[in-house]
Amino acid sequence: MKVAVKVMPRREVLDTQGRAVGEKLNRAGLTLESCRVGKYIELEIQESERDKALDKAKEMAEYVLYNPLIETFEMEVVEP
Amino acid sequence: MKAQAKVSPPKVGILRFLGTNCDRDVWQAVESVGLKPEWLWHEDHFEAKDYSALILPGGFSYGDYLRCGALAARSPVMQSLRQAVSRGVPVLGICNGFQILCESGLLPGALLPNQGGRFIDDWVELTLENSKADWAPQAVGSSIRLPIAHGDGRYFIQEEGLKRIEDQGQIWWRYKSNPNGSVADIAGVSDESGRVVGLMPHPERALWDWMGGVDGRGFFI
Repeated sequence: MKVAVKVMPRREVLDTQGRAVGEKLNRAGLTLESCRVGKYIELEIQESERDKALDKAKEMAEYVLYNPLIETFEMEVVEP
Repeated sequence: MKAQAKVSPPKVGILRFLGTNCDRDVWQAVESVGLKPEWLWHEDHFEAKDYSALILPGGFSYGDYLRCGALAARSPVMQSLRQAVSRGVPVLGICNGFQILCESGLLPGALLPNQGGRFIDDWVELTLENSKADWAPQAVGSSIRLPIAHGDGRYFIQEEGLKRIEDQGQIWWRYKSNPNGSVADIAGVSDESGRVVGLMPHPERALWDWMGGVDGRGFFI
């Protein structure tokens, strides 16, 4: 099963990447209110049950994929 | 002499990860003050009793993949380091070493990309906020000059955490002029015991006059 983990910088944390990308877009005339850059991680997990696959992905996220001080994460099953 | 050596082991362990690159500078710094350095490889374990201190040098461990220091913090050698910390062995993290200690949860806070978005290579002035007996003990308020070289040196901690480390005297050094957007001008912090410390500036790059300054020497004595 393939689980996608989306990691985003917390709202209260200045996201320098998002700021730089947003500025470029605005200067190109592609106006936007805000831009934030995170990470998208795909995990292929040997598990046929959805809940178990998500549990394992959560364990991986908490082990290393995100840092709770500065980031939040979301997960979803993208391939059965 | 032998009995004395047992009481205070003379070796200083220097941790090396894939991508560590200030290791030889730290080795020379340790040797220059008459101590005996020894490499500690990231895949290995070690005995805490064999070392009087441990240093995590700067660099770009694992190419800064995921987050600076995140992958190195989960290395086998860090399990031994945790045991050493619980036995009271002093630990110093410099630059990427500081990031690794924060990522491992041994130091509070996190290090984020510099506010200005640029890598900064410069000399900075620092003020000692709280003296730490094991590392560069000086009078509180004294100032030193050290080089910095980092892209991810913006110290971040939530308001609540900041208050806690301020109250507990865990802020070690502050920048006189904040180069990277760090919260409360913080350049270095310690854990609650004061024995585990980390800072973004590089004391090992300020040992002799020809380097541009000697204020780093005090960290290794």
